[in-house]
Amino acid sequence: MFYMLLRHRDVPDINQIDVYQKNGGFDALKKAIKMDTTDVTNEVKAAGLRGRGGAGFPAGVKWSFMDNNNWPHYVVANADESEPGTFKDREIMESNPFQFLEGISIASYAVGANAAYIYLRGEFWEVAHFLDEKIEEMEKAGFLGEKIQGTDYSLKIYTHLGAGAYICGEETALLESMEGKRGQPRVRPPFPPSQGLYNKPTVVNNVETLTSVPYIISNGADGYRKFGTEKSPGTKIFSLSGNVNNPGNYELPLGTTFRELIFTHGGGIPDGKSIKAIMPAGASSSLIVANDEALDTPMDYENVRNVGADLGSASVIVVDDSIGLDWLINKTMSFFEHESCGKCTPCREGAYWMHQLTKRIHAGEGTKEDVELLKDVATQVQGKTLCALGEFSTMAVVSSIERFPEDFEAKV
Amino acid sequence: MSKEVKLTIDGKEVTVPAGSLVVDAAKKVGIDIPIFCYHPKMEPAGMCRQCLVEIGRPAFDRATGEPVMEEGKQKINWGWKLETSCTNPVSEGMVVLTQSEKAKKGQNDILEFQLTSHPLDCPVCDKGGECLLQDMTLAHGSSESRYRFDEKRHAQKHVALGESIWLDRERCIACGRCVRFQSDLVGEAVLDFDMRGAKSEIVTTSEPGFDSVFSGNTTDICPVGALTTANFRFGARPWEMEATASICGECPVGCNTMLDTRRDAKSGGKVIVKRVMPRQNEAVNETWICDKGRFADFSNADRVLEPAIDGKAVEWTEAIGAAAEKLGAAKGDAVFLADGSLSNEDLYTMKVLADAAGAKAMLYSQVGGGALTTKSGSYGGSGAGDVILVIGGDLYKEAPIFWLRAKQAVDRGATLIVATEAETRLDAFATTVVRDLAQGLEAAKKAFAKAENTAVLYSGDDALAQSCADLNPKSLIGVWADANTQGAWEMGYEAIADLSALKGKTVYVAGGDLLVAGAVEAADFVVAQTASMTEASQKAGMTLPSQTVSERDGTFTSGERRVQRFFAAVQPMGEALPGFIITAQIAEKMGVTLEGVSAEVVFADLAEKVAGFAGLSYESLAVVDAEERLSIGGTCYENEQGLGAQLSAVSTN
Amino acid sequence: MSLAEKYPQEIEKVLAKYPPEHKRSAVMALLYMAQREEGYVSKKDKAEIAELLDMTTTEISAIVGFYSLYHDKKAGQYRIQVCTDIGCALRGADQYLADLCEKLDVKPGETTDDGLITIEEVKCLAACDKAPMFQVQSGQGIKYHEQMTIDTTLELIEVLRKDAKEAK
Ligand SMILES: Cc1cc2nc3c(=O)[nH]c(=O)nc-3n(C[C@H](O)[C@H](O)[C@H](O)COP(=O)(O)O)c2cc1C
Ligand code: SF4
Ligand code: FES
Repeated sequence: MFYMLLRHRDVPDINQIDVYQKNGGFDALKKAIKMDTTDVTNEVKAAGLRGRGGAGFPAGVKWSFMDNNNWPHYVVANADESEPGTFKDREIMESNPFQFLEGISIASYAVGANAAYIYLRGEFWEVAHFLDEKIEEMEKAGFLGEKIQGTDYSLKIYTHLGAGAYICGEETALLESMEGKRGQPRVRPPFPPSQGLYNKPTVVNNVETLTSVPYIISNGADGYRKFGTEKSPGTKIFSLSGNVNNPGNYELPLGTTFRELIFTHGGGIPDGKSIKAIMPAGASSSLIVANDEALDTPMDYENVRNVGADLGSASVIVVDDSIGLDWLINKTMSFFEHESCGKCTPCREGAYWMHQLTKRIHAGEGTKEDVELLKDVATQVQGKTLCALGEFSTMAVVSSIERFPEDFEAKV
Repeated sequence: MSKEVKLTIDGKEVTVPAGSLVVDAAKKVGIDIPIFCYHPKMEPAGMCRQCLVEIGRPAFDRATGEPVMEEGKQKINWGWKLETSCTNPVSEGMVVLTQSEKAKKGQNDILEFQLTSHPLDCPVCDKGGECLLQDMTLAHGSSESRYRFDEKRHAQKHVALGESIWLDRERCIACGRCVRFQSDLVGEAVLDFDMRGAKSEIVTTSEPGFDSVFSGNTTDICPVGALTTANFRFGARPWEMEATASICGECPVGCNTMLDTRRDAKSGGKVIVKRVMPRQNEAVNETWICDKGRFADFSNADRVLEPAIDGKAVEWTEAIGAAAEKLGAAKGDAVFLADGSLSNEDLYTMKVLADAAGAKAMLYSQVGGGALTTKSGSYGGSGAGDVILVIGGDLYKEAPIFWLRAKQAVDRGATLIVATEAETRLDAFATTVVRDLAQGLEAAKKAFAKAENTAVLYSGDDALAQSCADLNPKSLIGVWADANTQGAWEMGYEAIADLSALKGKTVYVAGGDLLVAGAVEAADFVVAQTASMTEASQKAGMTLPSQTVSERDGTFTSGERRVQRFFAAVQPMGEALPGFIITAQIAEKMGVTLEGVSAEVVFADLAEKVAGFAGLSYESLAVVDAEERLSIGGTCYENEQGLGAQLSAVSTN
Repeated sequence: MSLAEKYPQEIEKVLAKYPPEHKRSAVMALLYMAQREEGYVSKKDKAEIAELLDMTTTEISAIVGFYSLYHDKKAGQYRIQVCTDIGCALRGADQYLADLCEKLDVKPGETTDDGLITIEEVKCLAACDKAPMFQVQSGQGIKYHEQMTIDTTLELIEVLRKDAKEAK
């Protein structure tokens, strides 16, 4: 297996600065800061690197949107990682921190930022303190701080801890939270590259996105495009969890099939049960009926759509045939009711209402009308919320009721 | 002139300035898109999602930038989602559908969500009858809830947020207007949401609670009955009341108000003022009033009900005759003493009588420099490039809406210099704060040199006023203690700051308690024209009951020299008469003929004689330019009774 | 003692992360600081942080209320926060939590009799492959414990109890 991101699996102790450097660490940064900033951005654009935080937006394109008439610029690494089923960014930061920090540095250089922040979910307390040490080591080694490597470029990286709120993964809520406010999303547009942190142009990128950058700079867009598909190049970390023998993170080229991930790498379904459904994007995901067509679908941003879901952050939750989906959507609705920020009406009220219904249905106290009402409330939320959280809250509900009606018929 | 943009809303073409929001553009052609969180005076938050509409935008070819044509017309791109009309600015060629099936369904879906946990207590809610949610539910809502009653959230219904404001958490629809008003508009973030999601609730944990002189405004902009004022709670149903336009008498800002009146059992069936509400006047108070004005005392406790001589009730004719005799006997030694609580008509009549009698017309004011202020223009809506100096006083206490406008001017980019000896709440928003007045003048001098528009708001003596005038600001505004002090200066009253100068004099005093008490204390003989029975007024040789602002017609001149009308809202108490009628009757007995029947005629005469007022009439003060009517977004009244008029920059003196 | 007296250098270091005109950004870090001793943010600390950052105490309360890792009431010295979200639940977390509660004779949300351990149920902690798992939140911060059994958990609790005793 080839590791571009989870390199610690190849190189032990790569979270030590000398080991990292001995294995080519910071070569990309050294190369980048001698390049023209737009060339760095163009290389990332050409590589087709798509955001790993969920939406899959091309990173280089985002960088090129930065408003050059408004300064200073900021880079913010989104390390909020709170989507149920996602646990890849933590592994990167704990085990391959320098590549992540190097990625931030290159991105910051490309957009002219002299300060970058890493917004970590509050639960990553220890990770944040670990990163603080790594940042200090980088400063000592002259890869961060004033006049990096003798150039005119200076950069400080700071960690910033959140405090337990899924919504703060949404980039504008994250920025509000960074500004010391309740983490609630802003109206978009304006988007962060025109008005972000402190109303200044800001790039927000996921940890994994940024960690991919050094490889692109070192190996060029073509080198990067050797992996993955035409429209979804590169490798991606798939967080595999649920009813599977070997849960964990798997770094694979985009376009790998569900079957390969779940059965080859994940070791299949335990206890002789069979696979029933897949949630490729965590709790926010639609449920895919795990038939052969679905299992043979390549996991990339385009093909997953064809089987009725999104790749999202590629947190693949496997559901076996012993699980009732009334139970499952009650879990997801419990999550979304808890995490709705409350700012917009349809999400706040919809999540509360849907959860009342899923509780009742799961408890066997619901009626056929309740199931219909539940689906109706979900569709009533769709397309109307301020940010995507509200939209996310409806995905499992609607897809379960539509694709697995028998689970609900059995309950009412 | 900003760029204009043309778009189509529900088939109607509308042209509005670039940057306008779709919701406001629609309003312009009479289309009311339902809103809750949007308020025309605040940045859009897009959070209630009630204002969803379909928005189509003309298509352009990505490569060439050329319009994409379809059947001879430019193609319109429609997104799959509805969009909030309160957050989307208009663009050229935009097509908006507010009534399409999809838009209506979206709006009704949201309305249903608003109601999931809203109580059904409209019949006992103070907002019943003027509630946005109630209106919309009646118009569009379904009469049946699909929501299980036993699953509704329950919350506290009687939460005192501070002295004046109550919160009903169950009624709150979390639109955030109150929070944004306090934090963004006023800059006193003493309200916020606690918790999150469906548990979100409005709280204050500041001490002492919801303590803001602007707090009452949140009850106007709250679209439901969640926020109510302590003084009006369960007071009356909105539709039972009659509304009369008035001008707030509490300070020199001159906020336009509405007095809501109703017959009241507790007051013996008399019609009384139940509440004071703001009335829109963009040049003065926009849509706000402060709590001093909103919670002003209209209880009429301790009113003087009939004329009296030496504390004994007498007939009007007797009182008038006796007063005329006293004043006539004193000849030129009589003093006609007023304060700024009188109307222009009262002041004018008194001044004419004083002049005719060869006596002095004096104005009691602790703030000096009146004559200097009569030359200046209005404070206006300052913004970037402008400089404001606030010197000597605490606007927050003295003239809250001036304070709010100074704060908002800073938000728009104006420079604010605050020079006061003590700390004030304005310090936090000032560009420069100095604790020394001389330094303040110095700083202003420098800043004024480069400024576009300049204004000084001062509280202090003649010397300070002169120093401020020397800065040559575009507007020089005295922050007077009373609503109409400016009117008296315009008419050429002489200043008196120390009442002990009245020793040995016969004084005809007209005004508030403080003034009457001072006069009684100092003078030989006092004829007191006053509304309230106080210890001092009882000691006056003669008391003549005058009517209050709510009982009569008249005008005030604000600190910014804007003349505005107020109207009689309730019956006068006892035998009280308007001041100008009392004065005219005394004048008649003294052989001077003055208008003593109609305030309007007095004003017409005044306008002829007092130069700054030239050309004004009750009619012209009642004009409302239709273009001035903007969205209100709350229970503030629209202005249909007149915007008043700015005095010209020439003075009479 | 005020926070400013207790942690002057640390506060300065936190403030240095942000542009001086945006010191409000430091509120999150200061709230964690306030929780160090008692495990919750007291009224007094709210007022002090408000003062330090030019905010109102209402705004501070609103932030404490919004984020689930801030508390405004006292609980056990150690909050054991078990993830029972979908990933963990599919791997037995619900059962694990029930068993643990039974062993400790508490319900989720409750504190053990000695006042030391509060058991809480939380949403996904980004460790779905290592269920059952929980984090321990205490004044000292947050620590993950993964692939736990009831036995290893009880052992850990013993250690925590011993630590608490020694600290006294
Ligand atoms: C409710 C919600 C939660 C999100 N959570 C995360 C998250 O935890 N981590 C993340 O990187 N992106 C998250 N996102 C996506 C971000 O808004 C944003 O798109 C992303 O950080 C951009 O980075 P990328 O372009 O590198 O993917 C979330 C979005 C939503 C709507
Ligand atoms: S109290 Fe009124 S204004 Fe404030 S959030 Fe609730 S509904 Fe909106
Ligand atoms: S979202 Fe437009 S009025 Fe609330």
